[in-house]
Order: sequence, then C-alpha cells, then structure tokens
Amino acid sequence: MVDMTTYWPVVLALGIGTFLIRFSFILIMDKLTLPDAVHRMLRFIPASVLTALIVPAVFLHGSSVISFEGWERAVAAFIAVLVAWKTKNVLATISVGMLVFWGLQAMI
Amino acid sequence: MSDNLSTFFAGVRRISPLTLGVAPFGMICGAVSVGAGMPEWGAIGMSLIIFAGASQLVATQLMAEHASMAVVILTGLVINMRMFMYSASLAPHFKGMNPVKKGVLAYLLTDQAYAISVARYGEPGSEVINKPLYYLGTAVTMWTCFNVSTVLGAYLGALIPPQWNLDFAIPLTFIAVVVPAVKDRPSLFAAVVAGLVAFFANPLPYNLGLMVGAVSGIAAGYVMERRQSDG
Repeated sequence: MVDMTTYWPVVLALGIGTFLIRFSFILIMDKLTLPDAVHRMLRFIPASVLTALIVPAVFLHGSSVISFEGWERAVAAFIAVLVAWKTKNVLATISVGMLVFWGLQAMI
Repeated sequence: MSDNLSTFFAGVRRISPLTLGVAPFGMICGAVSVGAGMPEWGAIGMSLIIFAGASQLVATQLMAEHASMAVVILTGLVINMRMFMYSASLAPHFKGMNPVKKGVLAYLLTDQAYAISVARYGEPGSEVINKPLYYLGTAVTMWTCFNVSTVLGAYLGALIPPQWNLDFAIPLTFIAVVVPAVKDRPSLFAAVVAGLVAFFANPLPYNLGLMVGAVSGIAAGYVMERRQSDG
C-alpha cells in the first residue's frame, strides 16, 4: 500500500523534473545551434526509442527477468508489424493486434 | 485564421486512432494507483501533474513497495529521459516562439504527439503548415484522452477484468507508429539494434535499459548512414 505522506514530494518532484526534461531543448534551441552530427542523429530517434519501448513490453512485459513466457504477445505483435507495414493504418494495427492476442489467449 | 484551425484539427485527426491504445493505458494508470491504496484524487493528480504514464506506473509500484523517495523519483525521471531526445528533435520546429507558449507545448509532450508530429514534418507540404499548431492538435488530443481515461480508471478500474490485458494496447500503438517511420536501411538498423540492446539490457536497474537501447539504436543508424554516404 502507498504511504500517502510520500505522495506530494514524489508527485511534485517527478512532475517538475519531467517538465524540465520536456522543456529543455525546446526552450534553449533558439540560442544554440546543434552540430551537424547531432542533427543527423535526430532522425533516428523515433525508430530507436519506440522500438526500445516495444521489445521489452512484448517479450518481457513488465518482469525484470529475461524470460519468454507469454509467447502470444510476441505472435500478436509480429502480426501487428505486418499489418502496420502493409496498411500503414493505426486503427487496423491496434485492432488486429488486440484481436489476435485475445484469440490466442482464448485458445490456450 | 481558419487555416490555423484546420492545421490544428489535422493534428487531431491524424492522432485520434491512437486514443484506442492510450485510453486503456490511462485507465490502467488510474486503476493501478487506486488499487495500490491511493485515493481517487491522488490517481488523477498524478496524471495531471506528471502526465507520463509509464513513469507513473513504476512510481506507484515502487511507492507501494515502500522504496525510498529518492529511488522512486530517480527511476521515474530515468524512464522519462527519452523526452530529452523528443525535445531536441522538436525544438527546431518551435524556434522563435515566446517561452510561455513553449512551456505549454513542452508540458503536453508525449511519445505519441512527438511521433505523429515528426512524421508529418517529414512529409511534403509541411513547410507551409503552422507546425506548433499541428503539434498542439495532436498533444491536446492525447492529454484529454489520457486524463479522462485516468478518471474513468480511478473510479471504475476495479470493474475491468485483468485477463483482458489491456496494457498490450500500448506497445501496439507504438508498433503502428514506428513501422511506417522505418523508411530505409539505416533507420531499420537503428530499430533492430535498439530493440536487441533494450531486450538484453532490461535487467539494468532504474529501467536504464530503455535509454541504453535507444542511444545504441541512434548511434547504429547514424554510423550506417555515414558509411553509406561516404560510399
């Protein structure tokens, strides 16, 4: 159970800290020019960060130990990748992925 | 004026399918906080003030385990450090605005609003649109969806059967956004390296695996692009 005496210090520190992270470059970029190398790296941010979020969520889903339980998530995610690649449609990707996942779970 | 309005709503339209993944996520954030012993206002306050679901879930988990406040705060901030990269990537598109407006845009920054806006900025015709307003359309949509669903989750979350595993909707929304963003061999290489490194680095403390994976992917993509352009 959460001890509510820690609530405000944690929420305010995390809230302010997260805001400063979000604000950082957006605020200072006017006065600063990024080196060319950094500019060329920016393009790889979406593919890298999102994939680094996806892979542990699909294969490890929340456990901090490496294990392959829950293979139906991996299969559903693979099919979702195919749907996203063929259709480029967000709605289709999420719906098909969820339906395949539920279908596989029902079968087990 | 009406041009600006249509730019704002173009952002709203483009991001609205992603609410399908974010709504369950917001509900989970609300439900988990209340389930861990917070009052409903506590769950809702967290989403309004922090507005970053993954770090909220981890913070709630750690608070429930009575981790020290320093560990809770640091772990949450490490998870949100990816937004330094989003901030750097969006900054050139928001140049010259007044700092207060920039602050509002920054507070609203999410994975989804970032990914959708940057995808649009890379498409033909993006030079003529009002980029901050397009982003604002995507960001306000995400903010509304996440906070409304946190309220629903806080009050009704106990009614959602856990075996629905709605948390899986979030990686699916990321898949829907990332696959079209992988357009060439360097970006494919970046994604593969980021995924592999994040997988094996997962046991690192404070969720550092995410940052290590992301940075490795960016470096890999950059190196491959340089080698290609050098012939």
